[in-house]
Amino acid sequence: MRLSRRELIAAILGTPALLAGCAAEARLPAEGELLGQSAEIGHRLRDGFRPQPTGDQWRDVQVAIVGGGASGLAAGWNLMKAGCDDFVILELEPVHGGTSRSGRSDLTRYPWGAHYIPVPLAENTRLIELLTEMRVVESVAEDGSPVVGEQFLCRDPEERLFYQGEWIEGLFPDKDASQEDLAQVNAFRKEIDRWAAWRDPSGRRAFTIPTSQSSEDPLVTDLDQISMAEWLRAHGWTSSRLHWLVDYSCRDDYGLTAEQTSAWAGLLYFVARLKAPGADHQPLITWPEGNGRIMDHLATRVGDRLQTGMAVTQISPTPDDAESTDRVNVVCFNTNTQHVGGFRARHVIFAAPQFLAPRLIEGFTERTGRRTNEFEYGSWLVANLHLSNRPRERSFPLSWDNVFHDSRSLGYVVATHQTGHDHGPTVLTWYYPYCDADARGVRELLLKATWSELADVVLADMERPHPEIRKLITRLDVFRWGHAMIRPKPGFITSHQCRIARRPDGRIHFANTDLSGIALFEEAFDHGCRASAEILQKING
Amino acid sequence: MSQGSMNRAPLVLLYLNVLIIATCGLVYELLAGTLASYLLGDSVTQFSLVIGLYLSAMGAGAWVSRFVADRSLARCFIEVELGVALVGGLSAPLLFAAFSRVEIFGVVLYGFVFAIGLLVGLELPLLMRLLKQHLDFEDLVSRVLAFDYIGALLASLMFPIFLVPRLGLVRTSLLCGLLNAAVGLWGTFLLRPLLVRRSLTGIRVRAWLVIGLLFAAFLKAETLTTLSEEGMFGHTVIHAETTAYQRLVLTRSEQGFRLYLNGHLQFNSMDEYRYHEALVHPALSPLKSPRQILVLGGGDGLAVREILRYPSIESVTLVDLDPGMTSLADHFPPLAELSKFSLKDPRVTIINEDAFIWVGREGGPRFDAVVIDFPDPGNFAVGKLYTTRFYRMLRERLNDGALVSIQCTSPLVAPRSYWCIVNTLEAVGYQVRPYHAPVPTFGEWGFVLASTGPIPKHLAISGNVAPGLRFLNDDILNSMFEIPPDLARVKTETNQLNNQALVRYYDQEWGVWK
Repeated sequence: MRLSRRELIAAILGTPALLAGCAAEARLPAEGELLGQSAEIGHRLRDGFRPQPTGDQWRDVQVAIVGGGASGLAAGWNLMKAGCDDFVILELEPVHGGTSRSGRSDLTRYPWGAHYIPVPLAENTRLIELLTEMRVVESVAEDGSPVVGEQFLCRDPEERLFYQGEWIEGLFPDKDASQEDLAQVNAFRKEIDRWAAWRDPSGRRAFTIPTSQSSEDPLVTDLDQISMAEWLRAHGWTSSRLHWLVDYSCRDDYGLTAEQTSAWAGLLYFVARLKAPGADHQPLITWPEGNGRIMDHLATRVGDRLQTGMAVTQISPTPDDAESTDRVNVVCFNTNTQHVGGFRARHVIFAAPQFLAPRLIEGFTERTGRRTNEFEYGSWLVANLHLSNRPRERSFPLSWDNVFHDSRSLGYVVATHQTGHDHGPTVLTWYYPYCDADARGVRELLLKATWSELADVVLADMERPHPEIRKLITRLDVFRWGHAMIRPKPGFITSHQCRIARRPDGRIHFANTDLSGIALFEEAFDHGCRASAEILQKING
Repeated sequence: MSQGSMNRAPLVLLYLNVLIIATCGLVYELLAGTLASYLLGDSVTQFSLVIGLYLSAMGAGAWVSRFVADRSLARCFIEVELGVALVGGLSAPLLFAAFSRVEIFGVVLYGFVFAIGLLVGLELPLLMRLLKQHLDFEDLVSRVLAFDYIGALLASLMFPIFLVPRLGLVRTSLLCGLLNAAVGLWGTFLLRPLLVRRSLTGIRVRAWLVIGLLFAAFLKAETLTTLSEEGMFGHTVIHAETTAYQRLVLTRSEQGFRLYLNGHLQFNSMDEYRYHEALVHPALSPLKSPRQILVLGGGDGLAVREILRYPSIESVTLVDLDPGMTSLADHFPPLAELSKFSLKDPRVTIINEDAFIWVGREGGPRFDAVVIDFPDPGNFAVGKLYTTRFYRMLRERLNDGALVSIQCTSPLVAPRSYWCIVNTLEAVGYQVRPYHAPVPTFGEWGFVLASTGPIPKHLAISGNVAPGLRFLNDDILNSMFEIPPDLARVKTETNQLNNQALVRYYDQEWGVWK
């Protein structure tokens, strides 16, 4: 089925077909490309591709880390800190960083995925340690909370919303809001404050990051059974503006609508950013390249132990050859040289998405009895728009995060916002989470669409707040993320499958943000540190 | 067709034409002179040149008139009127438009002056020849010249009293063009008997076209940006351009000229010396021999003018975002004169870059003094230049004992904005001495002197600089640091990149005045 331009835009952006693509002329930028994860090797594996290295292609290593995203790099970082430097990180993609990867142009660096972290609370000591090492945290206050360098905190103005034809400051559409709307928003904020103050008998917060430090009290965990939208309605909050704000937040952090998001995850978004009730949300730390900065720091630390373009094709925990006693054999295929190699690792950290575990780890399902079918991942479209100049601004000025009220996209962030370049060329990063689980047609559309079709969708969306955008754009690249983010649907985070997935399988330890049921850098980092700590404990007895 | 068919009544009307023609002719001359001295400065030279050229062009016109044959006199007169209407009427708008777009503006200006003079010079000789068949020579000369001089008087009175203040230069020029065109059209009726019938319709159509064009321009002038700005600024806009960064507008009045950036007044040439002396000398005079100076903002070159008074200066680095600003003096000679051509001094290096980026670049040079003359913190892009982050980066550009002076908006109108800047400097460890000066055009204006080391309590103007100053002497210099109770310090947040507290204060405090 081939859709017209108008229908395609309407189907993806959710805009009425009449509004979508009003511009008669669909001028596309001169340059651009369609990027994506390496799909080819995945398909070959699915079709039974299991190359074997020859005898002299094996190398002994203490730890093999499968995956060079946030969790794998964090694991490597933590091993280095403990003095264990006999490890490799095997990354399938040609670049490290996973969904926190970034790109660069002559002008600036820019993100391809995750692009900020809230300033961690005092309890998140390991992350504070990393940020201190990066010189992002300058000192630690008496109460343990980090003091972050001003240049790393998101510069004001942080966010604005395109609502009813003009930009307003902040994300809440307060223009012409009724008394009832405002009353409900206040009540909602009070409820968030109540949860921020809440502690269980052992003194743990209800919702905090890393989530491993959150309370296990049923009063809290039961919230995972309902959706965020249901939770709002259960409180009698029906304001469409409040629902929009919450829905946007869920789409932004989880790639799901409020109807699809677990209330536990939805509340985590709001509550975990509050140091104390009534406080402003924690300031955000960001860089032009987003969390790519953290990835690059970690990659620099691990040095040449990180090997990119290395597709792990097989992990054998019980090899049958005599030389591999007490070892796990990790076979990998070098996508650059087409060579097959192997690592005899004493320990393995599987820092890849959980759904790959049964495909790569021999005997995984039989041995552990675990299933991974409930691990669902969302797809995203991310576009980087290179502009020769800024669009003209009328109402509230260009901010870091620029959100469109009437679109399924999340709007865009500005790469040069933190650098102080406030005039002339810039790069805007546009985000679109694919939320509609049931409308398979849209996923198909996204997968089949060409660069020009997707670029046109991006521009049709950008054109509404910025009618002259097509004239300003010099290059537009689109990244199509397949399995980008774990989906915290109601019931998943507290499910048996999710809970046991972090348990080691013999010498294989697991580290990925999907083990928390939510996709956040902090969670990936926490799992990387935990998994490496498990191994360090084994090594050091 | 008999030439005798012109009766008495049209003759009177023809004298009225003389009056109008004479008035308009002088108005064009005055317009050109005013415009030239507004745009190019040095009004004595400009007026002298314009008058001389205009009169000689009129002479040329009078001489050329002899080549017009008797039978085509009437037609030629009407054509000349329409020509004056077009060239003269559109002169002011076209010259203003050309000023910011054309490199060799002088050529365009004097070309216009000559063309108008030539056409105006043709008018009277042609008219006198038309009239001579009906009048004695003495009568003719006396009456025509009388009306001509009365017209000149009328013009010279109306121009400064009514036309420029009420209509502005552009609409004055268009109005005179309309009058000339009306005379031309009128002529097709008055001189009807002298015109060939088949050419009549063509001439009338053209006359109506010229009137339509000028009238449209006159109406449209209301909505033109420069003129709406004129309403906003209350003075004649002599230069307006939108650069990549801001809108620059120069206005001119009898009291001098003013520069506006994005509608905010930057200086008035009448009293800018007060502002710039107060900005520069507190930072430079206490230094034994200031050598390397950094100026941030200040692309008008006026702060640099004050800095170059110190003989010890070896280099001045001026960082201003907008090349349109730092080259303004090239296009607008009165500004170059006012700045004593400071930006052309070989010791001055101009860098067009955002000061935030330039100051923050690692390994940059250090300076003995820094003069900060940024626009007021009216938007987030400028607000970042007043943050703790910026002042921390600035420390890396300072030699030991370096002094920094900063313009900080009005402490009277915007006390929280003013003290927010002072408090922000203190928050990152600067010693500060707040001060203020009265600048009539701005009102009570605020500055701060800052240093990473101690700042002397008593200040004195350097001996070799003092004689050149018009506002500061030792007493006034020290009195600026006395803070009266109505400017007393108020508590504020510190201005950081991630709160932009200053921009929000500024918006609240100045918003009342907008």
